[in-house]
Amino acid sequence: MGALIEASGLTKQFDELIAVEDVTLRVAQGQILALLGPNGAGKTTTIRMLASILPPTRGTARIAGYDVLEEAHNVRRAVGLLTEHHGLYTRMRPKAYLAFFGRTYGLSQTEAERRADQLLERFGLQQDLDRRLGHFSRGMRQKLALARAMLHNPPVLLLDEPTSAMDPASARMVRQSIEALRSSNRAIIVCTHNLAEAEALADRIAIIRKGRIVVLGTPKDLKQTLLGDPIMELRLAGRLDGAVQALPRGIEPVACGENWLRYRASKPERANPRVLEAMSRAGLSVVTLTDVGRSLEEVYLRVVSDGESDQDANR
Amino acid sequence: MTVDTRERLSFWEAVGLIAGREIADQLRDWRILTPIAILTLFFPLLMNFTANKATSFVAQYGANVVADRLIPFLLMVVGFFPISISLVIALESFAGERERLSLEPLLATPLTDGQLYLGKMLASLLVPLGAAYLGIGVYLGGLALTVHWSPPPVLLAQVLMLTTMQALVMVSGAVVISSQTTSVRAANLLASFVIVPMSQLIIGESLIMFWAQYAVLWWIVFGLFIVAIVLGRMGLHLFNREELLGREIDVLSFKWAWRHVKASFLGSRSGFAGWYAGVIRTSLPRLWPSMVFMIVVLTGAYLLGVRMAGQYRIPADVLQVDAIKSDLLQQMRSFGLLSGRGWWLILANNLRAIGMASLVGIFTFGILGVILLMVPVGLIGFFAGNLSLAGFDALKYVAALVAPHGILEIPAAIIAGAAILHLGMSLVSPPAGESLGESWLTALAEWCRVSLGVVLPLLVAAAAIEVFVTPLVAAWLLGGG
Repeated sequence: MGALIEASGLTKQFDELIAVEDVTLRVAQGQILALLGPNGAGKTTTIRMLASILPPTRGTARIAGYDVLEEAHNVRRAVGLLTEHHGLYTRMRPKAYLAFFGRTYGLSQTEAERRADQLLERFGLQQDLDRRLGHFSRGMRQKLALARAMLHNPPVLLLDEPTSAMDPASARMVRQSIEALRSSNRAIIVCTHNLAEAEALADRIAIIRKGRIVVLGTPKDLKQTLLGDPIMELRLAGRLDGAVQALPRGIEPVACGENWLRYRASKPERANPRVLEAMSRAGLSVVTLTDVGRSLEEVYLRVVSDGESDQDANR
Repeated sequence: MTVDTRERLSFWEAVGLIAGREIADQLRDWRILTPIAILTLFFPLLMNFTANKATSFVAQYGANVVADRLIPFLLMVVGFFPISISLVIALESFAGERERLSLEPLLATPLTDGQLYLGKMLASLLVPLGAAYLGIGVYLGGLALTVHWSPPPVLLAQVLMLTTMQALVMVSGAVVISSQTTSVRAANLLASFVIVPMSQLIIGESLIMFWAQYAVLWWIVFGLFIVAIVLGRMGLHLFNREELLGREIDVLSFKWAWRHVKASFLGSRSGFAGWYAGVIRTSLPRLWPSMVFMIVVLTGAYLLGVRMAGQYRIPADVLQVDAIKSDLLQQMRSFGLLSGRGWWLILANNLRAIGMASLVGIFTFGILGVILLMVPVGLIGFFAGNLSLAGFDALKYVAALVAPHGILEIPAAIIAGAAILHLGMSLVSPPAGESLGESWLTALAEWCRVSLGVVLPLLVAAAAIEVFVTPLVAAWLLGGG
């Protein structure tokens, strides 16, 4: 599978401030990468470099095979960019607005209007065709900005906060749209603060802190690496009496309550049947055995707080 | 997946697309339409009324010439007022979009810098210019109906060209400002760099029109055209997506500026000898294209002076060079020559001239600075021409009165002019990777290096020769010792 987005050692320095440092990433066709990080971490600067708006100070990046520095024009044609601030022309109407941007990407007027109609329909904005954009709600503006990014059917989408300011129904609609775009073999980078959204959408997650990507991997791998083996919770019908002692060898409880206990299992598919068997032998009735879900938020907070403690230690 | 290679917009289609959208936006904004409507319809009618009243009033006293001059002048004013709106629109072009956060999506499109820049320029230009033409039409229509006056075609062409060029210069300047500032407020504050020179120009044009020297207007049109090209090139060169998005605030850091100038002034070599070697081996060669230009324009100034002598002859009774000869040294002493005080006076005068030329050069891309340096050379040519026409040996007089110190003073003027031009032009085309401020400060440091290292020593020596050697050479060559 060819990578549509490839960055190697990408660095951006503004005077004395290093906004992005040594960012290396690769997003193949059909993949979505979520870029997470605190405000000011360098997400938007990375996106701007990948969109050939800002030239990198060092490093290289190729978008759909084009170099961001040498072939900026082609890169811009290949990228659909949802900017951090949607920044619409408030006196225009939605269809004219989209048609204008369609024309800037080389679509004919007819084609630009046809695409505009399709996207307005998809985002539920057809009934607002006569309203000027200044009268749109924030969510509607965000949807229109997203439609603008998708207008020229680009192979690469760079989406900065695609569902910010949207109500849950609209956010879900946008997430579904992004999902649909993944299936049409695009490469997508989504910058977001919404960790649940990142987990739901992304194949891989990159957490960026102070301009550097500190972790990069699938949500599962990140949890495994940063939070350890999965934790299982065993709930019994009665008290725990003898349950801890009954656990098979090699399985240690990490927490206990009156009628429950938790243990780590690197391979739950092997450990869990052994635990159930042991409980049965000990005459203990099991009510539930569940995986204690660990959220991406835990991973994120771990990474971010690790950074802060490193900083404290260095002070 | 490959990039969809669909129809690509031609350069001018893309420019038109940007301009068209902005113009449509302007035509939806009552804050732009109202003043344009007033200046296009009401104001020309008011001027019409004024012209009528003034014509009738001055006719009572037989001063018809005042009316003859007033009507064309008002024609120019009627054209100028609507184009003043273009300044407001142009100042807002990039800074306003940046402030409204709508610039980034535009910068992310495949449109080239040139297309974006020219599209914005055209958008700022077309509506006010159209309004100006309409205003002129209304004014002339009114005059045709009331006082049955219609302008000579040449005058009408001049006013239309002048209006167009003025609008072009204002828009070019304002778009440069707008693309280099972070807010509309900052752009408005910097607008005085356009407003002040433009007001001076309008005052000058008014004088010319009341003086009825209409041919001079063509020169102004030509000059404005050149300035518009310089500003347009400067704007395109400076247009930078990174600067437009990257800079958050305009901060003037004197500390940084001082450090930059100091580092550029001192150069990489240590010690006075090292610094001086750097001036001679690095700074001077960097100026050679400007020096060649200076040699050409100073030669041109001399020849122009000679040519003007044919048109403006000095009367023979004023040009009494024979009378001067008899007591030349005495006369020279009375001017302060052949004394230390004279040396200081001449040096101070030359330094003041170079200083003035540098100062005005900063604001005019070096052009006015160069013109100031051309004036004395032109005057020498003018006197030489007159001497020649009066039957004297002009070459002998130039050799006697100018050449001894001119050997050093003229190279000093050439080098100083080149440094001024370099300083002024640093705003037009900063080297790649340098901001406008950095480029200008580097050129300022270069100007200081050359001025202190080369021009000042040459002027010191030239003043000494002019005071102590030239009078003796003059007395020897022309007699009268």
